[in-house]
Order: sequence, then structure tokens, then C-alpha cells
Amino acid sequence: MEKLIKPFVRFYRRFIDGSIGTKMSHFIMGAGNIYHGQIIKGIIYFLIQAAYALFMITCPEVNSTPLGYKAFINIITLGTKEGDIFTAAENSMLMLLFGVVTIGITLMYLFVYNSGIKSSYKADKDIKEHSRVTTFRQDLKELSGSRFYITMLTPATLGVVMFTLLPTIFMILIAFTNYDKEHQAGLKLFDWVGFDNFIAIFTNPGGEISARFLPVLGWTLIWAFFATFLNYFGGVLLALLINKKGLKGKKIFRAIFVLTIAIPQFISLLAMRNLIGEYGPMQNFMLKIGLLSEPMSFLANASNVWIARITIILINLWVGIPYSMLLASGAIMNIPVSLYEAARIDGARNFTILRKITMPYIIFITTPYLISSFVGNITSFNIIYLLTAGQPKVTGGYIAGGTDLLVTWLYKLTIDEQQYNLGAVIGILTFLITSTVTLVTYRRSKSYKEEDAFQ
Amino acid sequence: MNKTAKTKFLNQTRTEKISRIGTYILLTALCIMWLYPIIWIVLNAFRTEFNADGTMVGTVVSHYWPKQFGLDNFRELFTNTYFPKWFMNTLFVAVFSCILSTILTLSVAYVMSKMKFKLRKPFMNIAIIMGLFPGFMSMIAIYYILKALGLTQTLAALILCYSAGAGLGFYVGKGFFDTVPNALVEAARIDGADEARIFVSVILPISKPTIVYTALMSFMAPWMDFIFARVILGEQNTELHTVAVGLYYMMYGQIVDTSRFTVFTAGCVCVAIPIVALFMWLQKYYIEGTTAGSVKG
Repeated sequence: MEKLIKPFVRFYRRFIDGSIGTKMSHFIMGAGNIYHGQIIKGIIYFLIQAAYALFMITCPEVNSTPLGYKAFINIITLGTKEGDIFTAAENSMLMLLFGVVTIGITLMYLFVYNSGIKSSYKADKDIKEHSRVTTFRQDLKELSGSRFYITMLTPATLGVVMFTLLPTIFMILIAFTNYDKEHQAGLKLFDWVGFDNFIAIFTNPGGEISARFLPVLGWTLIWAFFATFLNYFGGVLLALLINKKGLKGKKIFRAIFVLTIAIPQFISLLAMRNLIGEYGPMQNFMLKIGLLSEPMSFLANASNVWIARITIILINLWVGIPYSMLLASGAIMNIPVSLYEAARIDGARNFTILRKITMPYIIFITTPYLISSFVGNITSFNIIYLLTAGQPKVTGGYIAGGTDLLVTWLYKLTIDEQQYNLGAVIGILTFLITSTVTLVTYRRSKSYKEEDAFQ
Repeated sequence: MNKTAKTKFLNQTRTEKISRIGTYILLTALCIMWLYPIIWIVLNAFRTEFNADGTMVGTVVSHYWPKQFGLDNFRELFTNTYFPKWFMNTLFVAVFSCILSTILTLSVAYVMSKMKFKLRKPFMNIAIIMGLFPGFMSMIAIYYILKALGLTQTLAALILCYSAGAGLGFYVGKGFFDTVPNALVEAARIDGADEARIFVSVILPISKPTIVYTALMSFMAPWMDFIFARVILGEQNTELHTVAVGLYYMMYGQIVDTSRFTVFTAGCVCVAIPIVALFMWLQKYYIEGTTAGSVKG
């Protein structure tokens, strides 16, 4: 709480303690700098303020939807004019988007505004202490000197804000509207509906979406659990085999498995899908040796959902084991030889060494990987989409098939079905799951607590 | 005494020998399992079999080994599909997103590791939280934003999608910079070098492993990614597709056309060979990067 108030206190103190120039800076940006003779800096600050004011007052329009102060009103109303056969409705979606953009621009402006006052306040202090202010050239030089981090972080931050943060906030807000198939942008207005969409997913009796939510969530968690742990232990076992003492051709064996990592997934997964398909050579082989009596589908058209699910998990072993093998190999090779020698002197057998030294060491080193791969599996899209596209169909499907994960369902809801609001709700719930898992485990892990131990 | 010790020794070597042979057999079997689908793709690319009416068999067939080899699939791929265009598109996207991502990632990683400033910890926490949102939640929003603003779906938009958020993936790089001794930076500071100079002429020259790792990952992403390219570029714009989307739609477009399977595999071979070669060449850096990233979290 105190942390939150602090900036405001500082802001107030600057106004009280500052010179007349600094006080003026609170109203006209750059005034303080010009007062102290930092002309160029002052003009830059002033121009920023002028540009912001112009932007807010003139409300530039894009696709006949205004930004600026009108966007603040629009984000609350989400449009008032319904369309008719002659005119289009106001575009609620753009209004929402531009509202978010304008809020973002305003926050950035406030940041610059505050830094303008700070800079003037600093000039006050410089006059008092050194009786001269820094020149523009010196200020510029700081950007490659003590404030180099600003130069380095600005491009990355801008990129993240525009292409990750802004779209994410926008999607989160969509979850609280009725933006769906019946309320397409530009055809019909949509409006704020509060938590209705969340309530619909959890409690709406007889609603198809709530009927499918828990099964999809359940399968997502089952999938993530098996995909993570089977791959992990498979990889560790494989690594133990390959790194066995005295084994020749380690490099060749390893290279063969690494090769499969390098092959793009859309190739290997589509290959698998056809290889085990009804017409593929795998089934032909199984028919010949009598494992199957007639061709059957293991994936999208499987007669039982669980056949498809188990097949997916098995195929995922093929995809995932080489990764964890590489990691576990790295860990094994890093085990200090002295540990082994000490154990041998104490008369430990191979199995004891494996159980008491090798395994604990591998697990200790690769735990962070386990967490991130669990999260990665919850949001893994390719494997499901390329193998089954969420099929086979199940009763009461509501778009979600038997192997759909939350993320593939989200994709189908928004891209195929235009149920943007429901898709957004699913996205938020997915985030809640992944973030709970991560925060609970990461925060306890050593690597987070001792993050700067190595610096 | 001496004799029993000797038999024990012999027995041990015998069990060891058996277990070693067992390991070889097991590993070989596993290798065959892992190579089986890959070899199948390559075989299909060269499969040249004909129906009774003289047309080529392009579908999945139930025998593994082709009855006849030839280059007809490749000829078809390069003359009757947009594949060369797709390949160049992907290369274009990969090169630019590689450059952009590498710059963004390394600058954030370095700052987070070696510079002290007030907002460092909040910045890192925000980055972790941002990274937990499903990536294509924002992708879907970007798609609708581009569409609503009437910005045509372009490769430039795709490049920005791949690389603009790259700053969030600074963790592996930070792990690397954490291992660079602080004394090195301090010494340069004492010599009077400013921060920019330290980064460019002290840090970058010794950062080859992490530079190569970041560049390799971001260069390979466009070749591997299927879903971003599919959403951003749309199904209609065949000319703009990357290899993954183009090849996918060749078989599973609006009309599912399984008769182009062998042509599809020919495309796969053309994509996989350069990517696999690049990866095998630089795998040392990949392994270092992945391991370091996982150890440090």
C-alpha cells in the first residue's frame, strides 16, 4: 500500500519544493527545463504535451471510429447507433480496441509527464549543488552511459506492449462482453455483460458450453500430466541407456534422436497421422501379423475417444522423448566423477549408485524443465490440431471434440465459430491454470529465490 | 582365494557383456522406431508408382517400400505448386524475424542480468506473467485487429508477430550473461568505457553461444510454426503462405486431397534437409542453451 502512495507523495513534494520553473512544469511540460536554460529538452517535452493534447482533442478517426477523448466515452458505451439497411452500425469492436489504445497512450503520456517534472526538479538540484545544469549533449550521452538500460529496454518494451500486452488486455475485456456470432463488429452493437459468460460456462444448466467445459478441462489436465511425466521418464531412461559406461557409438545414437527434434512438427505429425491411418503401412503390417482383424482408425475417426487419446499420448512420446533425453544427458554428464568414486570405494553397487546419486541429481537439475513442460503441454496446440483436429466427435459436442484441449477449443470457438467472448473466457481460464501451476512451483524453487545468487 | 577372485572377475565381465549387448539391441530397436516414420517420408517423396490408367499414385499406400523410385514428385512440386514461392517467403520471414528477435532478446537479457535499476524486479515479474498467457490468445486479437483496421495480411505482419514479443523470452540469455563474471564489466567501467561500449565490445564478442542459440531458435521458428502463419496469412492467400501452411493446405485445404500425399512428402524433404542440416551443425549451441535455460529456470 505504501508503495502505491509513494509516487504521489513524491509528486506533491516536487511541486512544493521545486523552483518556479518546476512548478510551471506541472502545467506546461518543459517549462522548467527552459527556465533553467535546457532549451532543446524543454522544447521536446513541450512538443510531446502539445501532440498529446492535439490527439485527445481532435480525435483522429480510423475506419470512422474515433480515438482521443471520444474513445474514453466509447469504451464505456461500446457504441449507441444501431445500423439499418442504409448505414452500418457503429463498430463496437474497434471502439473497445481504441479505448484500450487511448488509455495506453494516456498512461505513456503520464509517464513522460512525470519524467519531465523529475528532470526539471533535477535541474533545480544541479543548480543548487553544482550551480550549473547538464547540457543536452550530456543528457544524450547518459543514454549510452548510466541510463543505457533505457535505450536497451525501449524497443523490446514497445514490441511487447503493442503485440502482446495490448492484444491480451483486449481479449480479456472481450470476455466481459457479448461479442459473438449474433453481434458481429460493424453489423450489430455489442455491450458489456459483466460476468455472464463466466457464469454461463460454470452454471448454465442445459447449456452446451457448460456441459463440455469440465470434460475438456479434465482431458487437458490428464493429457498434460501424462505427456509431461511419460516423456520425462522415457527421456531419462533413454539418456541412462545412451550414457552407459563403455558403450560405443554414443554420438551416433544421440544424433539419431536429435535428428527428430530438428524435423518440423507439421511434417512428423502429419507423417504419423498417415502412417498409422487406415491405408498406411502400419495397419497393413498389423493386419498381416494378426494384431488387427480389419482396418480401423486410431485418431480422428476412432470408435472410442480413449483410443484416440492414448494414441496421441503415445505419438507424443515419439515427439517429446528426444528433448528430455538431451536434457537428462546434459545433467548426467555434469555429475561430478568424485561422487561416483566415493560411492564405489564405499562398496555401492551400480543400482544403488543409480538410485542414490544419478537419479536425485537428474531430478534436481531438471525440475524447472518439468514445470515449464507441464505448462507447455497444457497449451500445446500443434500435436492435437495436426493429429486429430480435436476429433472424434462426442455427444453434445458444442464444437469441442473428444481430444480437444482448452487451447484448441479456444481456437475453434474464435476462428471457426466467431464466439469471441466464450473463446476469451476459455483463454483467461487457461491462463489461471498455467499461472497457478507456475507461480506455486516457481516461487518455491531455488532458482527463483536465488535468482541473483550468481551475479 | 586367488581363484575365487578370478572367477568373480570373469563372471562380472560376462554379465557386463550381456548387459552391454542388451543395451545395444534395445537402443538399435528404439532408433528403428524413431527413424521409421522419417524414412517413410523420404521413401514416399521418391515413390513413383502408376495406376493401371497411367496416372501416378499419390495417395498413402499400404506397402512401406516403393516399387519404383523417381523424381516425379519433385518435378510436380516445383512446376505445379507455389512451393518455390512458399520457400522464399519462409526464408524471408525467418531471416528478418531472426535478426529482430535476436536483438530484442539479447538486449533485454543483458540489461536484466548486468545492470541495476529501480524497476528491474517488477519488469521481470511482469515478463513472467505475460509469458503465461496462451500465446495465440494475443495472436487471435492481432488477427482481428489487423482485419478490422483493413491492414492486409502481409509477411511483414507475420515477422512482427514472431519477433515483437521476443523480449519476453530473455531467460536463457540472462542465464548466460549471469555466468559472465562481473569483474569483466567492472574492469571495463574503471577503464572509462561507457555502458554501450561495454556491451558492444566486451560482452558481445564473448557471447557467441547465446547469440547463436537465440538466432537459431528464432530462425527455425517460422519453418516449424504452423498456427500463427495460418491465422495471420489466411487460407485464401496461397501466394503468401509459408512452407508449413502451404504444404498443409495442399492436402487438408477446403477440399481434402489425399492424392497429393507424395508431392507433400517431397515438399517435406525439401524443407527438412536444410533445417536439419543447420540444426545438426549448430546442435552444440542448442544443447548448451536448452540445458542452461532449464537449470536456471
